[in-house]
Amino acid sequence: MTIHPHPNPLPSREREKAYIEEFKLAEMIATREAYGETLARLGEINKDIVVLDADLSGSTKTAIFAKKFPERFFNMGVAEQDMMGTAAGLAVAGKIPFASTFAIFATGRAWEQVRQSIAYPKANVKIVASHAGITVGEDGASHQSVEDIAVMRVIPEMTVIVPADGIETRKVIEEMVRYKGPVYVRVSRGKSPVIFDDSYSFEIGKGTVLREGTGVAIIACGIMVSKAMEAADILGKEGLSARVINISTIKPIDKDLIIKAARETCAIVTAEEHSVIGGLGSAVAEVLSENYPVPMKRVGIEDKFGTSGDADRLMEIYGLTPENIAKAAREVIKRK
Amino acid sequence: MTEAAQLKEIARNLRIDILRMLHKAKSGHTGGSLSCIDILTTLYFSKMRYRIDDPAWPDRDRFILSKGHAAPALYAVLARIGYCSNEDLMTLRQAGSKLQGHPDCKAIAGIEVSTGSLGQGLSMANGISLALKLDKKQSRVYCLLGDGECQEGQVWEAAMTAAHYRLDNLCAIVDNNGLQIDGAVKDVKGIEPLPEKWKAFGWNVITADGHDFDSLLSAFGKAEEVKAQPTMIVARTVKGKGVSVFEGKAKYHGVPPSDEELAVALKELGANIK
Ligand SMILES: Cc1ncc(C[n+]2csc(CCOP(=O)(O)OP(=O)(O)O)c2C)c(N)n1
Ligand SMILES: [Mg+2]
Repeated sequence: MTIHPHPNPLPSREREKAYIEEFKLAEMIATREAYGETLARLGEINKDIVVLDADLSGSTKTAIFAKKFPERFFNMGVAEQDMMGTAAGLAVAGKIPFASTFAIFATGRAWEQVRQSIAYPKANVKIVASHAGITVGEDGASHQSVEDIAVMRVIPEMTVIVPADGIETRKVIEEMVRYKGPVYVRVSRGKSPVIFDDSYSFEIGKGTVLREGTGVAIIACGIMVSKAMEAADILGKEGLSARVINISTIKPIDKDLIIKAARETCAIVTAEEHSVIGGLGSAVAEVLSENYPVPMKRVGIEDKFGTSGDADRLMEIYGLTPENIAKAAREVIKRK
Repeated sequence: MTEAAQLKEIARNLRIDILRMLHKAKSGHTGGSLSCIDILTTLYFSKMRYRIDDPAWPDRDRFILSKGHAAPALYAVLARIGYCSNEDLMTLRQAGSKLQGHPDCKAIAGIEVSTGSLGQGLSMANGISLALKLDKKQSRVYCLLGDGECQEGQVWEAAMTAAHYRLDNLCAIVDNNGLQIDGAVKDVKGIEPLPEKWKAFGWNVITADGHDFDSLLSAFGKAEEVKAQPTMIVARTVKGKGVSVFEGKAKYHGVPPSDEELAVALKELGANIK
């Protein structure tokens, strides 16, 4: 299949600056909000961007784009499988489709459509799924995807990205417009702290050391990155030096950075708002066990479904806290 | 020769190619390739606009084989056009071949999307139709489904999408051969009344004889005139059409011709036997 070449202009420098400034004012922003805002901005400059949603545009924030560009927004109704196929069709005809719904439906209901209609033909579709993990909160287990990273990661040709904050989300979405090929981007419902600033540049497959440290390395993604930073503070007070690494591209994963961390700290902890099976922790374990085995521990959801409740409370119940990450770090340090 | 007679002659030759490649491959789908070849012949050698030297020509009409297991029919057509070679046909289903068991759009220019998992083609056809409309192109999109395939839920999601977005540049066809793998569609899980179902989903529905070229030409012609609605042509067909031993038998869904069957078939089709 030929995908026709198209220009992919990006926001002007000024526009970018003003935007960053806005983010700075808001210290907390949900990555889904950053997604929706960014998409609407990019839509102004790149007319090939089209957006699909499955009756959740208010929640996924694609409604912002829809309002601005109704002719380039397609509500597919409650039909996620059809949405993925339609997105594939738009892509092979030269458009840059962003398809959004909740993570569980994008990756669960439509898994095989994502595999067959999008990944296998390498269609240029960006699946940006929101409401991932347990921070969905009150809606409960039926809506809380704790498996999406695992089931997307296993598909050949699929790139999997979990941005850590609003700024990184914006950079990721911009990069998605440039990059040609299928991508799964996982964004969250709840507000989380802004970690990065304007100087940050996102590159697919590249992790970032957010804090240097020698005694242990905490490798995190998504909303767990800020928790990992807090864990490093806790450990610091105890005289333990913890490195914090943001791995936003789960696939292809930054092997070099992970191996380097293992070599230099000899103790690894992973932290993710996802099942410990198949997600970031598994991906890191795969790299370590084949290249540089060191003691490691995965912090994540322990092979359980989610449940209803206030998101912050759920993070405590499921052990997705700085304290728990610090505890895991002490354990691996002991096992060195 | 009338146009119908010319198409009939092309289809006769394509049936020979289909049977030869399936026989060589020793596996593959005979029945459903033979039931749809007259439809593909009508589209590719009368209706569709494309460029032989430029498969990616942006203004081309598109064809999507949603029932991807009928790949041999599509490959025979693509070879005749020149998008792959006659030698390629004899590599069907072998390691390293461009001719994958089910169509792979990365392998051959001229295949629009990859199919094989039933139920997904119409959604992709919709996406292409939407993109063509956004780009104000006159191109038309054709999508062929199996009747058993219509048991897939996604087909009906896509049916709603095409009607909602008034995709009048889209024309789908059901190869209504009445058979699927486990037997007759009506026994496995009935889908009738099929024309009424598509009508109820907001489509312009035309019924045609899927082996009569005048009937097919007229149906595709009428579809082009319809505004603000997608068209579904329910084409009555015979599975295994053109070879007496295969006709109307569910058994030959996924069975290639044996040596003896090929000999009989080639004779019936008037092939020059080497
Ligand atoms: C999703 C999916 N399920 C099952 C199959 C296996 N399969 C291949 S062909 C077929 C029967 C199709 O019947 P129909 O659509 O009537 O095709 P035709 O009679 O035209 O060959 C099945 C079940 C498949 N390819 N895809
Ligand atoms: Mg059938």
